[in-house]
Amino acid sequence: METLKKLFRPFSVVPLAGWFLGVFSAVLMEYYLGDLISYYLYLPKIPVLFGTLFMLKNPLLIPSALAYDCIVYIVPVFLVARLFAPLTNQLAAQLEKMPLWLATLLHLAAFYGILHMWAGINDYRVLVVKLTMISIILTLSLNVINGYQGEFSCSHPGFMALGAYASSTLTLLLFANDKMFGEPLMNPALGPWLFPLILIVGGGVAALGSLIVAIPSFRTRGDYLAIISLAFLFMVKSAIENMEIIGGPRGMSSQPNYASLTVVFVWMALCIWIVHNFTTSVLGKALNAVRDNEPAANSMTVNTRKTKMTAFMFGAFWAGVAGGLFAHVLRYVNPGTFGLNKLAEILAMVYFGGLNSIYGSIIGAVSISMLSEALRPLELFKWIIIPLILILVMIFRPHGLISFTELNVKELMRPRDKERAGGVE
Amino acid sequence: MAPLLNVRNMTHFFGGLRAVSDFNLTIEPGEIKGLIGPNGAGKTTVFNLITGVYTPTEGIVELEGENIKGVETHRIAARGLGRTFQNLALWRHMNVLDHIRLAHYSQLTYGLFGAFFGTPKSRKQEKEVRENSYKLLELFDIDQFATQNIGNLPYGAQRRVEMARAMATKPKILFLDEPTAGMTPDELIRMIEIIRQVHRDFGVAIFMIEHRMKFVMDLCESIQTLVFGEVIAEGPPEEIQNNPEVIEAYLGKEDLH
Ligand SMILES: Nc1ncnc2c1ncn2[C@@H]1O[C@H](COP(=O)(O)OP(=O)(O)OP(=O)(O)O)[C@@H](O)[C@H]1O
Ligand SMILES: [Mg+2]
Repeated sequence: METLKKLFRPFSVVPLAGWFLGVFSAVLMEYYLGDLISYYLYLPKIPVLFGTLFMLKNPLLIPSALAYDCIVYIVPVFLVARLFAPLTNQLAAQLEKMPLWLATLLHLAAFYGILHMWAGINDYRVLVVKLTMISIILTLSLNVINGYQGEFSCSHPGFMALGAYASSTLTLLLFANDKMFGEPLMNPALGPWLFPLILIVGGGVAALGSLIVAIPSFRTRGDYLAIISLAFLFMVKSAIENMEIIGGPRGMSSQPNYASLTVVFVWMALCIWIVHNFTTSVLGKALNAVRDNEPAANSMTVNTRKTKMTAFMFGAFWAGVAGGLFAHVLRYVNPGTFGLNKLAEILAMVYFGGLNSIYGSIIGAVSISMLSEALRPLELFKWIIIPLILILVMIFRPHGLISFTELNVKELMRPRDKERAGGVE
Repeated sequence: MAPLLNVRNMTHFFGGLRAVSDFNLTIEPGEIKGLIGPNGAGKTTVFNLITGVYTPTEGIVELEGENIKGVETHRIAARGLGRTFQNLALWRHMNVLDHIRLAHYSQLTYGLFGAFFGTPKSRKQEKEVRENSYKLLELFDIDQFATQNIGNLPYGAQRRVEMARAMATKPKILFLDEPTAGMTPDELIRMIEIIRQVHRDFGVAIFMIEHRMKFVMDLCESIQTLVFGEVIAEGPPEEIQNNPEVIEAYLGKEDLH
């Protein structure tokens, strides 16, 4: 640990913009030289996810894959980030003088550009990135209920299903010529423009559905939520299975291709922004108070029942939006997707990443998604390794990797050189 | 004019247990009254009944002439009844500033939309809340802990956070449940000062439960003694202190004097 810290010391002067530049150079390198480098390293093609798939399928390729990661990612990222730190610190200082929203938007745009380029190498990457970003929405929204408010809800895949089916029905009915609903009712050219509205409707349906869980659970004191929400999950699943009009157990397919990388990214950013605003406002602090001591919250004028209902519906809404995006990314959904496996996955992301924290949710969603993609060749063993990691985290960090921290964009983006270090070391 | 708080013949049963019987109380603006009694006498229950945690089985509870019996706790609190708790009821994972901010809950008028999108209206109110919170933190001398987690504070400071939090709800009456419980003599003297200051600066009426006679004597104009849910004596401190029945009830309790 100590040596690791020493190793990273020279990089403490790199601002966020500097890391972006480093990653950008790595991505550029892969874009132009990736094929060449993988050819000389005897790799069949550019590794999709850092070569983990090659390594697990054919251990003989481990040295090559590691060499590729070093040459293309690690060395350029760290080298460029460190070398250009004086420059990027100046840039960061300039950005710091701008209004916060503008600096944030510029960072987001830069980040998106890099991500787009990296994912653009092949379709599989695009898919993984989209699904990861959807996982971030799911994790954050479940964190609002299970982390910020300290309940234990199990119905997230159910809300996701409601959103997925509601939005799929709308897009298929209105904008697609498919075998289920026939001719489109509206001009398909309008589809992409109305898609946000359709996602919101999907979220709304999920939020309404969440009342079935929320009303009986929060009417009285006591812990029925876990059981009622689990029952709800099965209810939604079997209801959909029995509704032939939306495909029954076979599911729905050929949703229009509206969920591009940009669309998913924008929704994810929107979700993070809104969750951040909400959870740092006084209204959002009420969630924490309900969790930590409900009678005290009541005595301090907080309407705790309203707070619980709001947070639950809010979480369900975003799960519905995520479901809608999910359906339009895969362009196929069936009720089987929204079962206990999905629940375990989302719960793992929340509790691994960290309760009551946006950073935690992002880290949890990204690492579990990536891990689960990377370990895919291991098939069954994947479901031994991931729970094992989860157990270890729970033992050493009971609240998850990064818990109870507030997202601080200003602090993230600030310049890091000595003169401006601002005492934070 | 109706008194600020008016409690008439309040009686409460927990199952078969008559926890409080025929309790009467009037509090006028700016008054300080005390409630004493041995352990398990029903003092905290009286607080919980008036503040709406439990609904009294019988009796009348009125705040400024309006019924508050059966009204939800948060509404009663918003109408001007602030309180602290006997065993601190703080929010474990929240920092000190957020404790005070949240107690402004009922004073906010912006809605969910404002909270989600940070509208100008919500930002303005959040800013006012923050400023007022810092003022309270300074007043109670806990501003140096503002961004610290509540668990890191010394016990006396945690008690002051509870007081500051209760004051942030803008109460007309402040209920203090054993504000000096578990305090060192130094912290105790400081607490007397703080209660005096709160009373003076905010003009708030105070109703407090307290075991330490010296403390109640110093502060209260009138004291009620509760034993087994019944008031056995009521009057100014000197009178209560020399009342044979009160001495009897406290027999063996060295902290009466
Ligand atoms: N929710 C409840 N359900 C049943 N009995 C209760 C409840 N709350 C309090 N009691 C009982 O009512 C009686 C009065 O309790 P209360 O806490 O009001 O006493 P107190 O005067 O505050 O005592 P202390 O000095 O220990 O704080 C006790 O016998 C207690 O066990
Ligand atoms: Mg008590």
